[in-house]
Amino acid sequence: MDVSKILAIAISMIFINNFILSKFLGLCPFLGVSKETKPAVSMGFAVIFVMTCSSIITWALYRFILLPFHIEYLRTITFILVIAAFVQLIEMAIRKYSMPLYRALGIYLPLITTNCAVLGVTILNVDNFFVAGKAIKGSFFYASFQAFFAGVGFLLALFLMSGIRERLQLLDIPEHAKGIPIAFVIASLMSLSFMGFMGFKF
Amino acid sequence: MDILIPVITLGAMGLFFGIGLALAAKKFCVASDPRLEAVYGKLPGANCGACGMAGCMGFAEGLIEGRCTLERCSVSTEDTLKAIAGILGIELKTKIKAAAVLHCYGGSARAKDKGAYRGLRDCIHANLVMQGQKLCAYGCIGFGTCARVCPFNAIIMDEGDLPVVKEDRCTACGKCVAVCPKKLFSLVPKNHKVYVACSSHDSGKDTKAACSVGCIACRLCEKACPFDAIHVIDNLATIDYNKCTSCKKCVAVCPVKIIKTRD
Repeated sequence: MDVSKILAIAISMIFINNFILSKFLGLCPFLGVSKETKPAVSMGFAVIFVMTCSSIITWALYRFILLPFHIEYLRTITFILVIAAFVQLIEMAIRKYSMPLYRALGIYLPLITTNCAVLGVTILNVDNFFVAGKAIKGSFFYASFQAFFAGVGFLLALFLMSGIRERLQLLDIPEHAKGIPIAFVIASLMSLSFMGFMGFKF
Repeated sequence: MDILIPVITLGAMGLFFGIGLALAAKKFCVASDPRLEAVYGKLPGANCGACGMAGCMGFAEGLIEGRCTLERCSVSTEDTLKAIAGILGIELKTKIKAAAVLHCYGGSARAKDKGAYRGLRDCIHANLVMQGQKLCAYGCIGFGTCARVCPFNAIIMDEGDLPVVKEDRCTACGKCVAVCPKKLFSLVPKNHKVYVACSSHDSGKDTKAACSVGCIACRLCEKACPFDAIHVIDNLATIDYNKCTSCKKCVAVCPVKIIKTRD
């Protein structure tokens, strides 16, 4: 595990391979929860949390259950299973121990349960950090960091989008383009600008 | 035999998570009042905030904890409120429903502009620029912010750029009262049939110059009222609803016809 590799992962996940704007994963919350900045940021933090935790769990599951039994092809269904169960568990625990946190994050957690971005990052971890059926050196840390920074990228995209959409409310937009249509146009323009990062090579 | 390994692994995992979640649900269960769901189910679900809480769920919680009184929900019909009072085991105080009235009758046809306004078509923004484009500083700007904010579609802009309150839809939630930058709305109980459709505190001469339907403070209504219920205060006729009996004598004498009746 070296720092330069982690830095490369961070820049790659936040800018170059931003989950929303370059990989087009998790578009549902991107359009659904980006009307105002405050819920968008809460959602972003909830996603960071869930992504990091679920990638830790799925890494362990893949390494210690799926690989020894040679059933790697079941990874999609097992990952969905553990992520959903885990998020449910977290939701219950938060509700029990911290009502304010539940109010802030709780309503977004079920939204994230079946979010493709979370599944996407766990699959990506497995693709990137396992070679020929073996975990590469430092694989676990790389996987956790990759998931964390993917979440940060998600937060960044959601934050930018919500800021723009708050401004949009004040503009004189043609009636037929108000709301979701203009949001799609903005999303595509943002995506285009994030494509500009693709020139960077590491 | 190859099929057995995936079936067993996946089955075991499913069983493990199933039992785990079931146990966790028991361990982490939060006791909630069964009345909460019942009360919430009865409330209108408009989340308009007229009760002062952050939505119907907040109001339901407040009712159960005794922080709110039932009458504060102005949206529910009386039958609904009675049903909720039944669930909670409390008594409902009856009150007469109110509806919003607009204290202006200017609009684009009758109130003159002082200049052309080309900014955002929104009353709050227009009000920031020289207090709106109307010559009358008290009158309706007419960009329909109240109509957009009304959660019940009870306010409709007429062709004269003047909001019209549909009283059968109005629930007295007070959103228009709060949003209007000129403070032109007020909630008047529905049994009072008379209201003053002007808010101008300018002198009669200035009002006349700005608008053909402004209160000119002539005091004819004051003299006509047998109940001492209407007074011209600061150049504007003002009705004291504690004394008003809706006899409509003031409506008949008003020379600019700004004392209006509602049906």
